[in-house]
Amino acid sequence: MKQKSKSYIEWLLTLPSFGWLAFFFIVPTIIVFAIAFKPAGVNGGIGEGWTLESIRNLIQPSYPEIIFRTLWISLVTTAACMFLSTPVAYWLALQPAKRRQWLTLLIILPFWTNFLIRIFAWKTLLHAEGWLKHLLVAVGLVHPDTILLYNSGAILVVLIYTYLPFAILPIYAAAEKFDFSLMDAALDLGSSRLRAFVQVFIPGIKMGLFTALMVVLIPALGSYAIPDIVGGASSEMIGNKIAQRTFVDRNLPHASALSACLALAVLLPMIISILTKDSRLMKKGGGKKV
Amino acid sequence: MKRSKFPLIISIAVLLFFYLPILLLIIGSFNDSRYGGPWRGFTLKWYERLLTEREIWSATENTLMVALVSTIVSTMLGTMAAWVMHRYKTGIQRAHYLVMYMPLVVPDILMGISLLLLFVNLSINLGLGTIMLAHITFCTSYVTLVVLGRLQDFDDHVVDAALDLGSGWWRIIRSIILPMLGPGIAAGALLAFTLSVDDFIITFFVCGPGSTTLPLYVYSSMKHGSPTTINALCTVFMALTAVIVISGQILMNRRQPVQQLNS
Repeated sequence: MKQKSKSYIEWLLTLPSFGWLAFFFIVPTIIVFAIAFKPAGVNGGIGEGWTLESIRNLIQPSYPEIIFRTLWISLVTTAACMFLSTPVAYWLALQPAKRRQWLTLLIILPFWTNFLIRIFAWKTLLHAEGWLKHLLVAVGLVHPDTILLYNSGAILVVLIYTYLPFAILPIYAAAEKFDFSLMDAALDLGSSRLRAFVQVFIPGIKMGLFTALMVVLIPALGSYAIPDIVGGASSEMIGNKIAQRTFVDRNLPHASALSACLALAVLLPMIISILTKDSRLMKKGGGKKV
Repeated sequence: MKRSKFPLIISIAVLLFFYLPILLLIIGSFNDSRYGGPWRGFTLKWYERLLTEREIWSATENTLMVALVSTIVSTMLGTMAAWVMHRYKTGIQRAHYLVMYMPLVVPDILMGISLLLLFVNLSINLGLGTIMLAHITFCTSYVTLVVLGRLQDFDDHVVDAALDLGSGWWRIIRSIILPMLGPGIAAGALLAFTLSVDDFIITFFVCGPGSTTLPLYVYSSMKHGSPTTINALCTVFMALTAVIVISGQILMNRRQPVQQLNS
């Protein structure tokens, strides 16, 4: 009897949030995949019946290029973020506890500002009349006619700027738990500093690196605002195409087909991440029982 | 042991990389020249020009209204979800957790387009209402995870003891759960509020005529408007966020002793 009333309470408490997310997250996701197989209707609506037209349109000559560009920009961003954040996390973890606290705050602080503002800050910096341009010309690194904005390079810099703290935090969380005496042991046994870093420290923070990979790669694949503001016509990413199909062409089935592609590209690393996380949790739970 | 200087150098470079663009933006908002180029003297004229833009005020009003409604609803939904996940570790709750976790990892643009398609399918008029529905959806996930994190330190025996002593659930919620979870719920609500105020991409997809929020306004003035006032607008926006975050921190610190007393 008690069990029965307990499960009734559980359902009552679960239903509002579960129901909300089911209706506003799961159902819309299914709709995206369904509409990809619908014809475009008049006035930007959705037509009757089913068709493979939007899916077939994905092999349009311009798409492989955009998909390829989205992939390489996202992968370079992820690699750069991980390469920069590992030494930062290492250094942070070695600081005294008090100082560590305000240093992490210092890293998070600029990211409390709106993300459009951060993109705009870079736009003014890279602009023909901006500080960075003046500086680079003065040092002689670039020609006065070089345009720093509206290309893949500008997108890369701003993407790295945006996602770097999201890579630092998980790697730092892992580095904080790392036992640095292992490094000393490796050095005592005659290992070089670099070798100890690569063979002892890096494997020790594996999970943090993996989380960092996920939190940078997945949103980078779905970038829209950054390539829209600092990128140009020749550096579009999938996100820009989705928005263009939605707002400019008003072809919702086409936008859906593209979104479904992006969703599948994102789903793959996500499933891997959830599976590894689950097995880790189970291991933890199993350990407790024993 | 002598440590390598390399991590220190990278860390300093990264901090400079983080702060320089923002500092230059703030300086630029007081600069008398366009695009923050060479310094042409101190001015407040961009701020004065901001005050005369009527659209900013209506955008601020919209932003605050959306943020307020989505914070209240998502805090209630998220707190309840976290509690039930913590209390009942059944298969249903595993699925519940998975559904809550997914919106956090899906790129914003996918959430934006899928919600837009839902609203188009249901023939719901786009506007402040649809923005609120969208914001409640992603804010609920964040609140749930924040409160769930706090629940890890929560002592369930207190609740069980109160139940054994014949206390009713209403009383348990009022005099045990809320005071003990207060800081966690406040942190979740604060996060929901800032995320709602800040959101651009999802809002961009589900907004309609007359529902311009501040990020939407910032975006459209970046694209079409005069660039001169944006520096000033961004500085004001940053100052506002800073005030919210700092006051939140103070609020939480003040509640800290209560939590310590309990634990």
